[in-house]
Amino acid sequence: METIDQVFVLAKRSLMTWAQSFLPEWSTIILSILISVTAIAVFGPVTMMYLTLLERKLVGRIQNRYGPNRVGFWGLLQPIADGVKMLTKEDIVPTNADKFAHFLAPVVIVIPALLIFSVIPFGRGMIAVDLSIGILFFLALSSTTTIWIFVAAWASRNKFSLLGGMRSVAQMISYEIPMVLSIVPVLLVVGSFSTVTIVEAQSGWNWFVFTPWGVVGFLIFFLTGVAEVNRTPFDLAEGESEIVAGFHTEYSGMKFALFYMAEFMNTFSISAIVATMYLGGWQGPWLPSWVWFFIKTYALIFVMMWFRGTFPRLRVDQLMGFAWKFLLPLALVNLLVAGIWTNLSTPKNNIVSLIILVVTFNLLYWANRPEMPKKRTYRYAYADE
Amino acid sequence: MSFFGSLATVSFYAVLVGVLAVAILTVTTRNLFHAAIFLAFTLLGVALIYFFLHAEFLAGVQILLYVGAIMTLVIFAIMLTAKIGDPSMPQSNHQRLPAFVGLAILSFILIPAILKMPWKTEDAFQTTNAVQIGKALMGEFVFPFEVISLVLLVALIGAIVVSRSDQ
Amino acid sequence: MSIPLTHLLVFTTLLFLVGLYGVLTRRNAVGILISIEIMLNAVNINFVAFGSTLKTSPDLGQVFVIFIIVLAAATAAVGLAIVLAIYRNQKTIYMDEIDLLKW
Repeated sequence: METIDQVFVLAKRSLMTWAQSFLPEWSTIILSILISVTAIAVFGPVTMMYLTLLERKLVGRIQNRYGPNRVGFWGLLQPIADGVKMLTKEDIVPTNADKFAHFLAPVVIVIPALLIFSVIPFGRGMIAVDLSIGILFFLALSSTTTIWIFVAAWASRNKFSLLGGMRSVAQMISYEIPMVLSIVPVLLVVGSFSTVTIVEAQSGWNWFVFTPWGVVGFLIFFLTGVAEVNRTPFDLAEGESEIVAGFHTEYSGMKFALFYMAEFMNTFSISAIVATMYLGGWQGPWLPSWVWFFIKTYALIFVMMWFRGTFPRLRVDQLMGFAWKFLLPLALVNLLVAGIWTNLSTPKNNIVSLIILVVTFNLLYWANRPEMPKKRTYRYAYADE
Repeated sequence: MSFFGSLATVSFYAVLVGVLAVAILTVTTRNLFHAAIFLAFTLLGVALIYFFLHAEFLAGVQILLYVGAIMTLVIFAIMLTAKIGDPSMPQSNHQRLPAFVGLAILSFILIPAILKMPWKTEDAFQTTNAVQIGKALMGEFVFPFEVISLVLLVALIGAIVVSRSDQ
Repeated sequence: MSIPLTHLLVFTTLLFLVGLYGVLTRRNAVGILISIEIMLNAVNINFVAFGSTLKTSPDLGQVFVIFIIVLAAATAAVGLAIVLAIYRNQKTIYMDEIDLLKW
């Protein structure tokens, strides 16, 4: 079990000892960096391709139909067919568009999506860079995506793009605040920004999701993560039935593939970070650590795709109201409760935190009640007598 | 110096030259939207310089606040006050040459002064981390911290009041 | 540090002068604000450099940089609000066309 757990680390080490026999002394570090970077650069896009297939098959099954199943044995070669299609499409740039910005936006949007992979702990001892500010790095990079969406929208000189871009920017900056506030309780309890330390602080079965503030924090972080990635039910920026295709209307071919790739890599990274911070990362009893990590991450991705097939899209004012009037006060009270929980002794802290959280949740629910749409009664025209 | 010492030094100098080049592009380009994009790259370059100087927490805060929030504000302002389709308007006023000459003279005074001054540097490079900065903010600098949060609140309320339409 | 302090100080001086050139020559108000941000960043790098190499504590340097970043955000917010108000009133944002003391 120990060797299966560390199989990637041992593989990298044996590769380096084999290479050092015929390479000079100073190339050790460069080789180590190159191996980690190549692993991530191969893993990222391959993950994205098979996530698109998984999503189409899952949403198809929810809608009572098969997903794509013609291309390979189970549709397994479908992503390759999609890739070939996108590479060979003609690259159309509108005449009035701002060529420099139109070209730059999809290129720069992929960069943070790939960089976040370097601070995710995939297993015991398997992290590309153990930064001392791991989670702050993730937060900073996920907040830079905002302006490039707006640059893409503005450079297209298209009213639908601009509308989609502005809505998307408003949504992303409103949902950043509850996201940051829901990460802070974990940092309070652990005391460090580094992702490796956060995972190691959840050893055994005391994952943070099993504590009162952890449940609420996990839900807030997951929902704001879904909103940051622009997925349904928060995807009015690219809602396919509303505003043609939102901010990436005027992009075709490889540039659209880059936007699509950035969205799916962001989905994977957000699920991975939620699993790291609240669900215990690679901690788990019997299986190897990286198997546990992938089980947790893919469970969260499955839930995200389930949301996509089930929920209708939220309207703009409902979306903003949800972030500012419900999630933000709840995240603030959650922070307070996490502080209280850390300072009291064991049986009392759970009870006190649970009481405060339940009371706050109910207060916010009743305060937001007038804005929820009333239940409709449907009348069908039946001709049955 | 070892190979990696020299590689780090060479890349540090390259980043410095790159940031200076992008900053010059920012202040001299005609199209204001391109200037905003170049400013985003300048700020990312400054964050990279903070990483080189072992001030990692500050690099994270710089990217989060400057590139994530202030750039959004600047780009929204450009969008709301834009006059597209008027490329004949000159983007800079007639003070280009006097400004350049004056600043060149200033640099000829400042840079030799910097190079000649005997800086009393310590031998070891001092670093700090996020925990110590947090303790300093809540310990020694708690009063400026509270005052600055008040300043930010007042500034934002003022901005909302000033930019509201007169209804 | 891998490079001497004086080289870093020369760099920040040049960056500051580039920002100052932008403030002096841009006509557009938002362009002036962009150049002010470049000047503030040059000063920030100076603080961090001094905090790590001179006898001052590095905490002091970096805490001050955080304060400057927050104040730059407040400056940008209020400045851009004023630019919007001027645009709504005078329909122009070129700084050399706004030369009336009372309109």
